[in-house]
Amino acid sequence: MIQAIVFLPLIGAILAGLIAIFGAHARNPSGDAVEHHDDGHGHGAHAHTHASDAHDDHGHDDHGHDDHHAAEPPAAGSRAAELITTGLLLVSAALSWVALVDVGFMKNDARIALFTWINSGDLQIAWALRVDTLTAVMLVVVNTVSSLVHLYSIGYMDEDPHRPRFFAYLSLFTFAMLMLVTSDNLVQLFFGWEGVGLASYLLIGFWYQKPSANAAAIKAFVVNRVGDFGFALGIFAIFMMIGSTDFETIFAGAQGVTGKTINFFGWQADALTLICLLLFMGAMGKSAQFLLHTWLPDAMEGPTPVSALIHAATMVTAGVFMVARLSPLFELAPNAQAAVMFFGATTAFFAATVGLVQNDIKRIVAYSTCSQLGYMFVAMGAGAYSVGMFHLFTHAFFKALLFLGSGSVIYAMHHEQDIRNMGGLKDKIPFTYIVMVIGTLALTGFPLTAGYFSKDAIIEAAFVSHNPFAFYGFLMTVIAAGLTSFYSWRLIFKTFHGEPHDQKHYEAAHEAPLWMLVPIGILAAGSILAGFPFKELFAGHGVAEFFRESLKMNPGIIEEMHHIPKAIAFLPTVMMALGFLVSWLFYIRRPYLPVELANQHQMLYQFLLNKWYFDELYDLIFVRPTKWLGRFLWKKGDGYVIDGFGPDGVSARVLDVTRNVVKIQTGYLYHYAFAMLIGVAGLITWFMFGAGAH
Amino acid sequence: MTTWPILSVVTFLPVVGALLIYLSRGDDEAARRNARWIALWTTLITFAVSLILVWRFDAAQPDFQFVEKAQWLASGISYHMGVDGISLPFVILTTALMPFCIVASWKSITLRVREYMMAFLLLETLMIGTFSALDLVLFYLFFEGGLIPMFLIIGVWGGPRRVYASFKFFLYTLLGSVLMLLAIMALYWNAGTTDIPTLMNTAVPRNLQTWAWLAFFASFAVKMPMWPVHTWLPDAHVEAPTAGSVVLAAILLKMGGYGFLRFSLPMFPLASHDFAPLIFGMSVIAIIYTSLVALMQEDIKKLIAYSSVAHMGFVTMGIFAGTTQGVAGGVFQMVSHGIVSGALFLCVGIVYDRLHTREIAAYGGLVNRMPLYAVVFMVFTMANVGLPGTSGFVGEFLTLIGTFKVSIPTATAATLGVILSAAYALWLYRKVVFGKLTKPSLASIKDLTLRESLTLLPLVFLTILFGVYPKPVLDMSAASVQQLVNNYNTAITAVKAAALLQ
Repeated sequence: MIQAIVFLPLIGAILAGLIAIFGAHARNPSGDAVEHHDDGHGHGAHAHTHASDAHDDHGHDDHGHDDHHAAEPPAAGSRAAELITTGLLLVSAALSWVALVDVGFMKNDARIALFTWINSGDLQIAWALRVDTLTAVMLVVVNTVSSLVHLYSIGYMDEDPHRPRFFAYLSLFTFAMLMLVTSDNLVQLFFGWEGVGLASYLLIGFWYQKPSANAAAIKAFVVNRVGDFGFALGIFAIFMMIGSTDFETIFAGAQGVTGKTINFFGWQADALTLICLLLFMGAMGKSAQFLLHTWLPDAMEGPTPVSALIHAATMVTAGVFMVARLSPLFELAPNAQAAVMFFGATTAFFAATVGLVQNDIKRIVAYSTCSQLGYMFVAMGAGAYSVGMFHLFTHAFFKALLFLGSGSVIYAMHHEQDIRNMGGLKDKIPFTYIVMVIGTLALTGFPLTAGYFSKDAIIEAAFVSHNPFAFYGFLMTVIAAGLTSFYSWRLIFKTFHGEPHDQKHYEAAHEAPLWMLVPIGILAAGSILAGFPFKELFAGHGVAEFFRESLKMNPGIIEEMHHIPKAIAFLPTVMMALGFLVSWLFYIRRPYLPVELANQHQMLYQFLLNKWYFDELYDLIFVRPTKWLGRFLWKKGDGYVIDGFGPDGVSARVLDVTRNVVKIQTGYLYHYAFAMLIGVAGLITWFMFGAGAH
Repeated sequence: MTTWPILSVVTFLPVVGALLIYLSRGDDEAARRNARWIALWTTLITFAVSLILVWRFDAAQPDFQFVEKAQWLASGISYHMGVDGISLPFVILTTALMPFCIVASWKSITLRVREYMMAFLLLETLMIGTFSALDLVLFYLFFEGGLIPMFLIIGVWGGPRRVYASFKFFLYTLLGSVLMLLAIMALYWNAGTTDIPTLMNTAVPRNLQTWAWLAFFASFAVKMPMWPVHTWLPDAHVEAPTAGSVVLAAILLKMGGYGFLRFSLPMFPLASHDFAPLIFGMSVIAIIYTSLVALMQEDIKKLIAYSSVAHMGFVTMGIFAGTTQGVAGGVFQMVSHGIVSGALFLCVGIVYDRLHTREIAAYGGLVNRMPLYAVVFMVFTMANVGLPGTSGFVGEFLTLIGTFKVSIPTATAATLGVILSAAYALWLYRKVVFGKLTKPSLASIKDLTLRESLTLLPLVFLTILFGVYPKPVLDMSAASVQQLVNNYNTAITAVKAAALLQ
């Protein structure tokens, strides 16, 4: 069953990929035609003018299904590719729920060895599938959201000519993500880690004719690689200290490493702290934490279903999963935990502030994702791993819902993404409006929705934890709760309430097809139901029984969370209400207020609007110097120094010498005779003095 | 154990093919076609025969196999051939890649086809000979002999600056080889033989170790190429015809790494240990420096050439780490790089044949007209980046994990190359393949032909196969690598123990 869950998406990806490749190959002439009869030039040029027209249209067309444009004909076999991948994913999702019950409640943990991967000396790495409760939860999250996104994409991408390719990528992503969560050693985890990075790169750059999409795709990959740099070093360090990359061996040997140090560039670092910090660097990249977050907002260049699946529900939570998976290590490295909480709390606050002023509907949700990931890391830092996983679980539902709902808005508004051009849509697309409100309630933590249980639990965990940054974490998450509520309701009010700002698009707005509405509906149900029934399992007395060995919780934290002052417990809810009220005041009651405020605090407003100037800063301190250095080393290092003093210099000197020698060859006999005379004189002198020296 | 000299057959079969081509006189279309077909069949048969080697090879046995020995010159110099787990992968790599080179030259070479094919076949013999020679003099002959056909291939069938490039190539490599010859003579006077297995078991005096190590190093570092003697490589690649680039990147560069494994580490363990920091430094500089330079390149071939230097940096680093993973990773990385960089040069050759330019700026949006090409190029780009699941990852990972134990700063700095490689490789891909197809010159460009697909798809298959299941290569070399590492460590600990006793 486990094999089916993991490999069905791969089969789907391969089949859809083959359909895409053969279809594309059939549409584009192979060189064979030219090699056989070379008169095909005129025909080729003609074919191109047609194709390029279609491409030009497509370039402007952000979301393949715009009906104003004469689109490229859809790829052959599109429907087949959609049905195959979606069907296989649905099977996989159904099996995942069975696996959750089987593992979580029946306690049938599974470990399936597949075959060896890398064997060299004492380094033994095998392909294996490991399913414990932690993995089973991830299987459910990944496959459920993925299958719904597949379904949604059938509707959303219905006019894109490259659908087989799109579905192949989606399924490939799902497979990589499943390999990540079922890994039994760090290297397979790294395989899945980079695999989802590849899929993310391909999907962000899915509309490869858009330069901005290509740039965003590369940025995502490279920034993730910065994190992977730390991750890889963490793996090396673990192998050095423990001699294995298997989780079981690492966890068993971790205790023996406490107190040992590693000399890291002269810094006698505590081994476990260093290892955990390096690994956490990987998590920061993948989960878009503060300092390595810059790729996530740009990743919104990808199609919206991709944003929902990869950049909200699954891939970006891989970092959280990794920390949870390695909880036995982090529990032994309190300093690393402090760093985790610090970065989590900072991200939660930072991303929320940026989210306040953004105008692109997808970017608001993206920053919200970033902020919520920060919450999860706060829980990880507090040692309340199950609580972080709880938020991961509920967040997957409501954030995927918000993205897919936004997609539905964008679809209705003909690719308009700027909320300043929307307004009053609630009457035009009531279903979308309702589900978006549900998603917002869940996100802001309205009582009894899914987010309420998980987010409040995180804030409580931060409050009771003994982490040096515990109070900071608590404070930041509470403030961020208010900010979250504000920007979420701002999005709703500006999009669905008030006066329409773009009459033409408003008139034409229409509800999305059923393919899209059904998945949104299911996610809306999940956003409400994913909280209460699972509360005891993730953040209550059922944790030890449910997660068993798969998580090593900070002992006693769950117990302490249940005994916090009532005032603290109510604080997040108060903040949520406050955020809502301010938002209502700003955007419904007195819409001139935010404009005035922005004008009065122009500097602050610009600072937030420009995302704290991180992109500009990184460009200044990383991108430009790197390029300058590259050019310098190439022209000066290779060209001037090495070649100049090396081969070119040598050959130039040789040429000089030859030229001078040639000059001496004048052809006059007396010149030669004179030269000979000097030579003889020199020889004699040398012999005389040489002999004398002896 | 063998009844016929199978290794010699593999080595000299290509020469027989070259003779056949030489005998088929004439320079009309028919003669050219014959030359191509003879060359193709020769390389295919050579490959088939070399597979017998794999089949009969005993991977559990660390010593030399298929040994042939015959009296040759003087008393200590003999015709001695044999392979172990370290050299066999390279022999197979050579025989496996040659048919691709021949097929890649099928249409693009129209001038002096017979001579071209003969040069390639001769080159194949010399390369196989280098990897299977077990006598220093014999090795030297093969090793340096390989220079001549390569020099001709670049100089005769190359691009506009071919003369400059071929001379640069020749100057650099010759300088190194003169020093190596001196070291070989010194070793002969020391031990009275040039037999490699004997020399491997002869303790070389400390002083001689240092000098001989440096002399061999001069030669191998140029071949590798290591920073700062790498500047011949980009020029040679740019000017060489496609198949020449493939051979150069895939096999000739590996001779340096093979030399380190065959001579420096086993014969001069103490010197290797002393000089390891030097090698680490140069490797790390190579990885970071050339990756940075690669970022700014405007020529596709140059970019890939610089990335080759960076990837070879991982190899030298791993080899001199002297750990099992480091050395095994070095061998694997060389094999993997042989496949991947060879394939990347084939990919460049395909668009070069269509447009006759290597300027990155001349391309863009190829995916719109060449989807199959885009897929294939993507696979190799990702392998170049070292994505797990491709063969590029396994080698890089093993060398890094093997080095980390020995020198954390080296491994850390080298891992930075992982970020840079992603930057330059994806940038290249974006500029060449993605984007809108707007340039008029590309308007009627055609996708892969059947012939081109046949050259690339097997390499795609191998890249992914060895990424997911590298066991065949790792197992083939495991025993020999283990023995090498054990001997190396024994030699070093013995000296350390002696130092402690004094």
